[in-house]
Amino acid sequence: MKKLKLVMIGNGMAGVRTLEELLKLSSDLYDITVFGAEPHTNYNRILLSPVLAGEQTFEEIVLNDLDWYLDNHIKLLLNRKVVQIDRVKRIVIAEDGTEAEYDRLLIATGSTPFILPIPGNTLQGVIGYRDIADTQAMIDTAKTHTHAVVIGGGLLGLEAANGLMLRGMHVTVVHIGEWLLERQLDKTSGQLLQTELQSRGLVFRLCEQTQALHDAGNGRVGSVQFKNGDIIPADLVVMAAGIRPNTELAEKSGIPCNRGILVNDTLQTYDPRIYAIGECASHRGIAYGLVAPLFEQAKVCANHLAQLGFATYKGSVTSTKLKVTGIDLFSAGDFMGGEGTETITLSDPIGGVYKKLVIKDDILVGACLYGDTADGGWYLRQIRENHAIGEIRDHLMFGGSSLMEHALGDVGHQGQDKAMSMADNAEVCGCNGVCKGTLVKAIQEHGLFSVDEVKKHTKAASSCGSCAGLVEQILINTVGGAADVKPKSEKAICGCSDFNHGQIRQAIREQHLLTIAGTMSYLNWRTPNGCATCRPALNYYLISTWPGEAKDDPQSRLINERAHANIQKDGTYSVIPRMWGGVTNPSELRRIADVADKYNVPMVKVTGGQRIDLLGIKKQDLPGVWKDLDMPSGHAYGKSIRTVKTCVGSEFCRFGTQNSTQLGIELEHDLFNMWSPHKVKLAVSGCPRNCSEAGIKDVGIIGVDSGWEMYIGGNGGIKTEVAVFFVKLKTAEEVREYNGAFLQLYREEAFYLERTVHYLQRVGMAHIKKAVLEDPARRQALNERLQFSLSFEQDPWKERLEQPLLKKEFEVIPVKQLEVPV
Amino acid sequence: MNWLDICALEEINTLGSRIIHGPKGHIAIFRTSDDEVFALDDRCPHKGGPLSQGLIYGKRVACPLHNWQIDLASGEAQAPDIGCAHHHPARVENGRVMLALRDAG
Repeated sequence: MKKLKLVMIGNGMAGVRTLEELLKLSSDLYDITVFGAEPHTNYNRILLSPVLAGEQTFEEIVLNDLDWYLDNHIKLLLNRKVVQIDRVKRIVIAEDGTEAEYDRLLIATGSTPFILPIPGNTLQGVIGYRDIADTQAMIDTAKTHTHAVVIGGGLLGLEAANGLMLRGMHVTVVHIGEWLLERQLDKTSGQLLQTELQSRGLVFRLCEQTQALHDAGNGRVGSVQFKNGDIIPADLVVMAAGIRPNTELAEKSGIPCNRGILVNDTLQTYDPRIYAIGECASHRGIAYGLVAPLFEQAKVCANHLAQLGFATYKGSVTSTKLKVTGIDLFSAGDFMGGEGTETITLSDPIGGVYKKLVIKDDILVGACLYGDTADGGWYLRQIRENHAIGEIRDHLMFGGSSLMEHALGDVGHQGQDKAMSMADNAEVCGCNGVCKGTLVKAIQEHGLFSVDEVKKHTKAASSCGSCAGLVEQILINTVGGAADVKPKSEKAICGCSDFNHGQIRQAIREQHLLTIAGTMSYLNWRTPNGCATCRPALNYYLISTWPGEAKDDPQSRLINERAHANIQKDGTYSVIPRMWGGVTNPSELRRIADVADKYNVPMVKVTGGQRIDLLGIKKQDLPGVWKDLDMPSGHAYGKSIRTVKTCVGSEFCRFGTQNSTQLGIELEHDLFNMWSPHKVKLAVSGCPRNCSEAGIKDVGIIGVDSGWEMYIGGNGGIKTEVAVFFVKLKTAEEVREYNGAFLQLYREEAFYLERTVHYLQRVGMAHIKKAVLEDPARRQALNERLQFSLSFEQDPWKERLEQPLLKKEFEVIPVKQLEVPV
Repeated sequence: MNWLDICALEEINTLGSRIIHGPKGHIAIFRTSDDEVFALDDRCPHKGGPLSQGLIYGKRVACPLHNWQIDLASGEAQAPDIGCAHHHPARVENGRVMLALRDAG
């Protein structure tokens, strides 16, 4: 089939990101031609300010070098400004006469700085602040001249002013508004910022309008005159008073524009062959000037260009950050507030901290932070996810960490929970030994925008993940509002697909998908058989959604669940037999001792879950060990029910109020062989002294004189999370019923590798209570579905002893010819 | 090249692997979804993890210990990890898995 021709006008971040997304989806659909007006390949425009400030070099901010275009067979025409689109012949024509035909056209022409229509605005030394050439002009001027005036006290203006000051110029910022950054900050925080910048040496003239720029006598600007008649010297004038979408080309071609090229939810213009994206496009009345929304547009546009067409763009909640080293401010959403909104404010002018949260109808709609922005990412997420905040309102001001979502309970980074206060050589990722400085460097040099990209490049947060919150903070601090800090619920499952976990679960349920191959085909997977991230997830979704119908695929399980033992660093395995409720007897102990002798087990250890672990067993020996133990699998290796820990309870303990041991054994029998999104641990204590540590379990039961208290969502691992009170029940029977219903709900709704605590945080306690507590019929149905699901499972150890085909996994192929004498 | 007859292709599951005792330790033989076979020394270049126990996708295997992604044909680790597992030529002939041992260079 002949390839379609895709032409892109503009070679900036939004456009090139669209091409990258498109190539991921379909690398051979189009012959691609790119026209760029600048002489450079795609670079990270948002990092021009660090370049101006002397913190980075031009080379460091290149995102795609020439090789990238070559490798992807993209015809790159630099220094070619397109001047005409002939929509009838479907060709574009550049200034130098170059023509290119298109089947699809992508306009990504960006914007230009707004140059004030005042006398003198064409003098030498009067520039906008948009590209490498402008930045270079500022750097050069700073070497030879003294006085700079920046018109505009917005993000760009302040970054320019700061950079010029660092390069030795006397800088005055002229701003028409009453305070700085009035689109990002409210008055109080704007004034805090002004005080800080003044102390660094910047001069401000607020509520001031520029009347004219005067010639120094040599064709170069020499001074600035204001409306009130004042005149100040100026060898350089930087106009940063806003941007104008570049729409002339589109307008000339008859494409409707209104402060931007009008596009629909698939980023198509009035002419459906023509797409527009980025700062030149106007979507639902908004032309975005920040990187994060442009990247979201890029994804949708690429999806449509790749002829998939299921993604739509509905607009973005944006957040911003000033890239001036040492100043922390962050704002997102509707932070000004207004009618129908309430605000919570924290103000510490001496400490230089100001925070304002705007709430409307019990939902966080905006945040404005100055001086302490560590929780910016968390607030942004709350705003985007529209959670009701009624229950957490009293903690809201103190951010995610006060709600135990972030650092509290984390281990491995010396109790740090604020990335900003960490030194460059401080270790962020304790698993892979990655320091803050290494992360910042990687983010800047490789142009990274998401935690996943950072993981890929640096390995930080890729093992246990406990530092993901810190990595996210560092990312936000480094790239500001461009940081892609989507929650897992919005992120694609992995690089193989564009769908997120929720969409995949939904498709499997609604389309009655029964195989991994079928699911991949229905959802247009990009890879032939997925990867180590998506296959185990799909396998779980299939068998948990369609028990008895979908067949478990051992090759899509990670080794522990295939070998039914836990792999150790030397390739041997650990074997933990099940001891119901942590109770054993002399006969089991004798068999365990005999096995340890017979197989020369190097270590026998008691686990945290009240079991006995035989470590260092060779894979070939596993079936023999299982046979000799003659005990069921302890599932200590699986995303499954692990253990129910118990105390001795009223049977023996003088304080015990309930028979916790018996209930623990019953619960463990109820859940035997249960696969789940992640591991599930329970504990039952017989009194509030809680010796079985039920407060840090997925389900913790505490016996009291009048019955049982049930807690859910605890976790004792990577992050210590305290379980939350769920319900008080009278009888052990009820506990089993409510426990089964809750865990089945978790099995049906949680994303793969989401522990109960994270599931609980995502869906909210109210949702779980509604399903399990409020509706007896639903509770019963959940229990029935759990029973149905478990009816297809049997003890995996026994299964492998009885079925020779399954035993193959544990056998080495004997090959005579290879036996070479040593 | 001295080709050795290892086993019938069916002896290895699709997207699965088996190990044989080589003269210098275990060798892992992998079968991809389109019935190609590859052989690597059963040691991840990272910390010696048994690659035979990893999850296989495309022409790669994910090491079971720390999830390094190893190319089945070359043995090379995928970026950002750096390292290479020793590989041996392998092919399917008349439904039999054939292997030629290659000395470490």
